[in-house]
Formats: sequence, structure tokens, C-alpha cells
Amino acid sequence: MSGLHTLRRLTRLRSTLTAALFAGFSAFAYAAGAQAAEPLKVAFVYIGPVNDAGWNAAHEKGRMELQAALGDQVKTSYVENVSEGADAERVIRQLAADGNKLIFATSFGYMQAALKVARMFPKTVFMHATGYKTAKNLGVYEASTYEGAYLMGVLAGGMTKSNTLGYVASFPIPEVIRNVDAFTLGAQSVNPKIKTKVIWVNTWYDPGKERQAAETLIAQGADALCQNTDSPATAQVAEQKGVYACGWDSDMKKFAPKAQLAASVVDWGPFYIKTAKDVMAGTWKSGDTQWGVAEGMVKVESLLPTIPATTRKAFDAKEQALHDGSFQVFQGPIKDQSGAVKVTAGSALDETQLRSLNWYVDGVDGALPK
Amino acid sequence: MLRLERRPLPSARMRLLAPLIAALLMFVTGFAVFALLGKDPLAACAVFFVKPLTSLYGLGELLVKTAPLLLCAIGLAIGFRANVWNIGAEGQLTIGALAGTGVALAFGDTESHWILPAMLIAGVLGGMAWAAIPALLRTRFRTSEILTSLMLVYIAQMLLAYLVHGPWRDPDGFNFPQSRMFNDWELLPILVDGTRINLGIVFALLLAGLSWLFTDKTHAGYRLQVAGLAPAAAAYAGFSEKRNVWLALLISGATAGLAGIGEVAGPIGQLQTTVSPGYGFAAIIVAFVGRLNAFGIVLAALLMSLLYLGGEQAQIDLGLPSAITGLFQGLLLFYLLAMDAFVNYRLRRVVRAPAASGAAA
Repeated sequence: MSGLHTLRRLTRLRSTLTAALFAGFSAFAYAAGAQAAEPLKVAFVYIGPVNDAGWNAAHEKGRMELQAALGDQVKTSYVENVSEGADAERVIRQLAADGNKLIFATSFGYMQAALKVARMFPKTVFMHATGYKTAKNLGVYEASTYEGAYLMGVLAGGMTKSNTLGYVASFPIPEVIRNVDAFTLGAQSVNPKIKTKVIWVNTWYDPGKERQAAETLIAQGADALCQNTDSPATAQVAEQKGVYACGWDSDMKKFAPKAQLAASVVDWGPFYIKTAKDVMAGTWKSGDTQWGVAEGMVKVESLLPTIPATTRKAFDAKEQALHDGSFQVFQGPIKDQSGAVKVTAGSALDETQLRSLNWYVDGVDGALPK
Repeated sequence: MLRLERRPLPSARMRLLAPLIAALLMFVTGFAVFALLGKDPLAACAVFFVKPLTSLYGLGELLVKTAPLLLCAIGLAIGFRANVWNIGAEGQLTIGALAGTGVALAFGDTESHWILPAMLIAGVLGGMAWAAIPALLRTRFRTSEILTSLMLVYIAQMLLAYLVHGPWRDPDGFNFPQSRMFNDWELLPILVDGTRINLGIVFALLLAGLSWLFTDKTHAGYRLQVAGLAPAAAAYAGFSEKRNVWLALLISGATAGLAGIGEVAGPIGQLQTTVSPGYGFAAIIVAFVGRLNAFGIVLAALLMSLLYLGGEQAQIDLGLPSAITGLFQGLLLFYLLAMDAFVNYRLRRVVRAPAASGAAA
């Protein structure tokens, strides 16, 4: 207890010093450099199990990269299976009370809880994934997964024979609608005739439902599938039925060695390392981080060797363009399903528009659930 | 040699002791599990069972988590005593949360003292309405309420998903699946500063007291009891089975509905896609560990709540996986069922009769 006390006092003293030194910086940028001997305690809160082979596994991998990269300078821990209801606030608060100075809340539903606890612990840095509310000591971060979806679309559009693509989608929220749209736009960039059929399964993880949806899409003529759910079920069905599939969030090659065109994965590690370093250096500032292909957070890997050269070339070109920033997925001209121009040539959707996107691009079949 | 033999009468003492022995065995096994995982068992037990309670906030959280478990378990126990097996408290809880939220949203930003009571009543009625469906199916078509109440859980959850993704979505929420935040006058008042203790636990304890009065002191409670212990006798005495089924399901639906609105108007503060981490199901264990008795259920709910908090603390401090919570809950139920065998049976040491040994010689 007394150690914690000293730490707190030190922290307070240091914060006064810092505020005096770097007037203009916000006061909580307290420069943990003071406790060079004390490692920075970093905690992660996960919505599901760490071994789900999807979203949570990716964050856990990022945590381990952070621990490996910074070694003795950080001490990381996690709490898994934290429900988004009333429990999140207690867990996040407990982590802060236990001396964690950087806390990553990795699910959208933790937003209110993170906001409330951030107010109670002004000297702790909170980072909330996929949310939109920030505070002085609460930042948000997100991966531009739609860039991965776009690149998967390029491959699917190049490989399809029926010109019908299928998408197993989870919940009709902007993040997912964006991926359906990006997948379709990517396919259209190499094959303007394609249509994307979508089935909403209203779950992040339910192999049974995902399997049924994939089978239905194939029965409707889709011969290249993608998904925004967490299990490899869609890829497994594609493998059995002899159509193409995508790996999502993690490489699913072992489940679908012949069907998986490539896997779009998220690498959170570099971002977690940078954030921890910023907090230790006292240079962390609240804000909104969205990293994609250019920053190496979104990667498309494990490409099927049998992809023909023309498609491969189109893919490489787009990946390069995303990398150097000369191309944006949602740059005009883009039409919605009614044919109305939503993004004019020469402009692109900004972050606010991307975050609230709720319309299908032309080429997606069916109506968006309301 | 040991032999299991039937007792002439079920042992009343064993009935009381079984949950205590089960809890003790759970601790002992937990101790061994911690040691096997390479943790100092004493320190680990301290983290799991003591540390969550060492702060005012922690004690508050214990009560916050006890409230929904207790509310659901009290209602269920009344039904279980009468052999009415409502497995769907989770669904009734969800509908309670929906109904109460509906009232809050209907009033918009109009401030009034009457909105919160109206929300609570709507929550209770919502839970009752959802429980009325299995009651109707059982009394009309003799459909098993075990199956129908369970299946209705999933329908309730789909309805919740539909409303938060659709009509009740926060218009300022960037399309994300959640209702608007409740206003201050739509939230259960906090009773102790610096904690999240709200009126919910008061309701739960009050209803636990009422349920004791109901089962032990009223004729309706007596009828339910007889129906459970001796259905034939109940029928002979002219107690209506239909009335019992309705009563048991409506009561458990009402308490589960109250638990639901208590969560959204309490610690959550808005309607989200997840209202409960499975309180309605965990309450089934609570009801049995508490021997279907009001006082026992209060203790069991507190213990179950502590298992949740301890599991979180063990993850934070010891780096153990979250499965540790499920492990302890499972151990508790497993040992309880094992111990229950000794209510009707006893172990007898059998000494070989001297005549038999003589014959062998």
C-alpha cells in the first residue's frame, strides 16, 4: 500500500513539474519516465476468449508483441470474457485502481464504461477500440479493416466465374457495412459486372449460423465468399463446396487450404508499442487513431499461389497505392444502390462520414436491414 | 466395506448441511487447483475470495451483482417448489428490460418523478407477460414449460437485438446498436456515494422476505408446496394444478422482469445488445444451492456474486483465464448434487457376518 502511495505522490509531483515545463500540454501527460525502475502497467480488456482465432486473439497477439518489444519497461495483463453490460465498468475501474496506467478496452460496448472510469482516474490513459467518444485521457483507435476487405474484393472479383460474390455479415453497423461496400468496390475495380449478396447473421461468433449463411449464398450462385464474423465456418463451407473464400482477422489457411484466396489480418502490435512508448515519454495525447495498410496495421497475407497474374497484378497495384496513400477506398465517384452519386469524383469520405456510413454501394444486392 | 443404503426418511440435517459441505469442498478443490497451476494457494484464495471485498467499492459491486441473481432466484424457487420448471428467467429478464426502456423512451426528455416507477412496473409486467406464454402453453396444451420457457429466451434476445439495431437506436449514436443514455430521473438512485449500490438490492432483499412470508404463511404458498411434494395429494385436496402453474410462472416472470429493468436503469444506464451475462441461468444454481429457501438463496446469491468478482480479480492479479469463474460455479453445483444423494441415502459400513466367515473356514 505504501509503495502505491509513494508512486501516486511521485506521479503527482512529476505531473506538476511536467505541466510547468511543457505548458500547453495537457496536465495528465505526466511523464512516467519518473519511475524508470517501475515498469508501466498496461492492461487489456477483451470481450471474448483470448483463443477465439479472431478479434480477441489478434489483440492478445498485440499484447504479447508489446510485452516482447518493451520487456522490463512494461508489465501487461488482461481480463477476458468481459460482458459489455454492467461488468465492464467494474473491471476497467479495478484495473485502474490496481495501478495500471494504460488500459486498452477492446470492444465497442465498453464505451460508456471507459468514459465513466476515465473521469474517475484522470491520470490513467484509456484507449477504446472502435468507439467515437473521447476525453482528455481517453483516446479511440480503430483499424481500417475496410482496406483489407477492398483488397479481398479485388481477388474475389478476379476469380469469380458466376459474377456473384457472397458476404456473411454480422451486425448492420457502420464498421461492417463499410466492409461489405469496400469488398464490392474492390471487386468492381477488376470486374464491373459483379453483384454481392449479403446475409446478416446478427452474431459475431456462431459457427452454425455462419455455416448456414455460407451454404445459402453458394446455393444462390455465389462462388467467392467473404465474412465479417469471427469463426472459420464460412471458409470451411467454401472449401467443401469448391468455391473461394477469405480469411478474416486471422489466417484460415489450415481450415481452407484450397479455398482461401488470402487472409486480411489486423496487427495491433506496432500501435500498442507506440502508445505505451508515448505514455512513458509523456507525449501521449488523446485523439482518434485510424491505421490501415499504410501503417502496417491491416495486412493481406497468405495469397493463394494459383491466383492468375492479371489479378495478382491488380492486387499488387492497389495494395501499393493504399500503402503510399495515392488511393483511398471511398474516393469518388461512388454511387449508392439507387444510382445517386454519394461521393463525387475528386473527393473522398472523411473519418466522420466513414464512421456513420449506413448505405450500400451500387452492386450490393438486397436492402440494408433497418 | 462401504455401502450406500436408503434412509428410512430423508435427512433434514443433511438437507441443510449439503450446501455447506459442497461449498467447503469447492474451496478445498479450488485450493488444489491453484496449487496445481503453480500459484501459492493461500495467496490465490485471498485474491479470489477476499480482495474483492476489501474496499467499499468492492462491497458495493458484490451487492450490485447480487441483486439480479437474487431477484431471479427467488422467483424461480417458488416455481421449483411446485414442480414448475421455469428455465427461461433470462428471457423474462430481457423482456423486463425492454418494457421498462420502452416507457423511458416514450417519455423522451420529459422530466417527472413518475417515470422511474412506471418503468419498474412496466419491467415487472413485461417479465410476467413473457412467462405467461409458457404458462398458457402448459395449461392449455400440456407443453413442457422447460422447453418453451428456454426457447423463449432466444426469441427475447432476438427482439432485443432488433430494437437496439432498429427503432430504439440512439439517433445521435452513429448507428451503433444502443439506445440513448437514460436521464438522471430514469435511473435508480445510488444509495452510497462512491459505489454503484442502487435501489435494486433493496427490492431484492424485500422480495426475499416477502417470498418467505408467501411460502411459509399463506395458503397459496402452501398449495404450491403440496403440489410439488405430492401432486396426487394436491389433486385429491382439490388444488387446481392450472392455478399453480400460472401463479408460479407469473411470480418468477415478475421478479426476473424487475431484475432486467434494474440492470438497464441501474449499472448499465441504457439499453445495449447485452443486458445480462446470464443471470437468469446462474439463478437456477443459486436457487438450488440456497435450498429453495429465501434465507439460503440470499447467501447463495452473495456467494455466486463473489465467484464472479473473484474470477475477475484472479485474472487481473494472477493471470488465470476467465474459465476459473465457471470452474468454481461448476464445482459448487457438482458437489451439491453429489451431497444431495446423502439426503436420501447414507453410507453404511458393512461388517461381514461371522456365520459367513465360519462357512468359508
